[in-house]
Amino acid sequence: MGRKLAFGWLAAAAAALSLTVAASAARAQETPPLPHQQWSFDGVFGTYDIAALQRGFQVYKQICSACHPVKHLFFRDLAALDYTPDQIKALAASYKCTAGPNDQGQMYERPCLPSDPIPGPFPNDEAAKAANGGALPPDLSMVVKAREGGPDYVFAILNGFVPAPAGFHVVQGKYYNEYFPGHNISMPPPLSDGAVTFADGTKATVPQMAHDVVTFLSWAAEPNLDTRHRIGARVFLFLIVGVGIFYAAKRKIWAAVH
Amino acid sequence: MADQRPGAGTRIIRWIDHRLPFFAMMNHELYEYPTPRNLNYWWNFGSLAGFMLLVMIVTGIFLAMQYTPSASLAFDSVERIMRDVNYGWLIRYAHANGASMFFAIVYIHIFRGLYYGSYKAPRELLWILGVIILVLMIATAFMGYVLPWGQMSYWAATVITSLFSAIPVIGQSIVTFLWGGFTVGDPTLHRFYALHYLLPFIILAVVLLHLIALHRFGSNNPLGIDMKGQQDSIPFHPYYTIKDLFGLTVFLLIYAFFVFYAPNFLGNPDNYIPANPMQTPNHIVPEWYLLPYYAILRSITFSIFGIPAKLLGVLASFGSLFLLLIVPWLDSSPVRSSRFRPIYKWVFWLLVIDVLALGWVGANPPQGIVVTVGQIATFYYYLHFLILLPLLGKIERPHPLPASIAAAVLPGGSGMAAPASLRKS
Repeated sequence: MGRKLAFGWLAAAAAALSLTVAASAARAQETPPLPHQQWSFDGVFGTYDIAALQRGFQVYKQICSACHPVKHLFFRDLAALDYTPDQIKALAASYKCTAGPNDQGQMYERPCLPSDPIPGPFPNDEAAKAANGGALPPDLSMVVKAREGGPDYVFAILNGFVPAPAGFHVVQGKYYNEYFPGHNISMPPPLSDGAVTFADGTKATVPQMAHDVVTFLSWAAEPNLDTRHRIGARVFLFLIVGVGIFYAAKRKIWAAVH
Repeated sequence: MADQRPGAGTRIIRWIDHRLPFFAMMNHELYEYPTPRNLNYWWNFGSLAGFMLLVMIVTGIFLAMQYTPSASLAFDSVERIMRDVNYGWLIRYAHANGASMFFAIVYIHIFRGLYYGSYKAPRELLWILGVIILVLMIATAFMGYVLPWGQMSYWAATVITSLFSAIPVIGQSIVTFLWGGFTVGDPTLHRFYALHYLLPFIILAVVLLHLIALHRFGSNNPLGIDMKGQQDSIPFHPYYTIKDLFGLTVFLLIYAFFVFYAPNFLGNPDNYIPANPMQTPNHIVPEWYLLPYYAILRSITFSIFGIPAKLLGVLASFGSLFLLLIVPWLDSSPVRSSRFRPIYKWVFWLLVIDVLALGWVGANPPQGIVVTVGQIATFYYYLHFLILLPLLGKIERPHPLPASIAAAVLPGGSGMAAPASLRKS
């Protein structure tokens, strides 16, 4: 009996060991599970944190926008970040937009208007690839919705630049990222402590900037989340009352047939 | 005297009814329509499906007013709907999640029919019309999924239309014909849009036929025995109108949960990346409601008698759907309801598990255990319909059926007629 048990344990241990070996071999290619972050917009009552959105926009504008466009955002959309119309107008005017053709048939540059889309860093995808060693920096206005894991994934990528494990081959011109599929990412580590100075005094650590910019990008991907959650709560209240009323009516009407 | 004359409204209705018996028909089919008194909540799903068809058509028409079916503009036009159209996000999420809700309801409705033998004589055509609706729904949903022109849209369109290339000799020409070109592109998107707008109205027409066939003999019921007289039935209104309304509100809570709190849970993140013909996604997966057919398609990895695996897979996949058309003649048991079929009752649940297993297989990359499970589940699916269903009727000894619905469900089993006050004459 005792020997049988011991043998069983031994077999189990051997199986576990072989699994561990197999797993560590596979891990070189696989990415660890995404750590879950606390987001202000999580859950049914979640809303975007305006201060984080403003800090996140600052991180995007000063760092990410060097390579990544936010194709689906217009300057006017920034009103949701509590910027005043004058602030938005001034911000838009600091960018150049192509307009025209004028009455001479020429396209011309003018300061952007709040009704213009926010211009990206490159005129087209080919120019973006040419400037980035052949890799296309993806549009960030949709990225949170376009990746498995959403905000947790984007946050993990921004914090996932760790030294490559021994024996891992990092392709020339690429960087090791723990959470990127295949680990070879074309983007150099974009954030470093103190890279921006927040007006509200928040300390600009890498996790802080990553958290803020991911909040901003989540808003960029799903700008109607606040409204959706608010209307949803009312719809639920309405329906729950409806369920009660119809259930009572059903009971009363059916009482005669049961 | 003036107050004894019918009101103006009544007189107008009578005038119309005399020439066009619309109100009389509505009264007959919705108000006094005799319905078995013992329907359980599984019978709610028919009216729920009808409700969802209307929701899909209404939300779809509003989306169509803002959507642009061109390969270069489709993706951005969907984003414009999400961001700039008033409540566009609500309409789109209601439509996208509505498709999932519609399929969930219809699948429950179909399994209810299988459990209670609703397809048996004299309701074979009712069942067949239902299967036709399912086939049309799948075609409509597939084409609708292509319209946002995201990565999964594009590659789903490529994979599914390429299935037709499995047809010998003319297959490749058919695919080119379907695409309107040599690859999925602008012409494909345009025609899918046109058909996606057309098919729901054809579904609506078949639903009308489905209702006409239903009202010929009335609903089946959990006992599976016919209504034998007044004591077995109650008028549709108010009994089932209120029961359907109650069920509808409960359903709306679930629907609203997805629309407002998990609108992208059932979708695929890849579809928020614009279609890119140069880059294939790692795993091409259909929406959840098509996973079992996809699993069957991929399970045939071998050729038989020189018929290539691809063609066999396509046949097995489409066959799993069209097989349902002949279920009324495959089932040899004269007893409808599983309540009185001791063996079929269990076999039914095995089929449910089998289909869920196929769904799981369809969602996972085809390697290792997934392939084996898929092949066993595919085999069992066909075994169920082609062997077990015909065989069980021969070997199974059903429990004795009750004398009537009233005898079985009323206290004391008196079979008394419902009080006259309940009936609308």
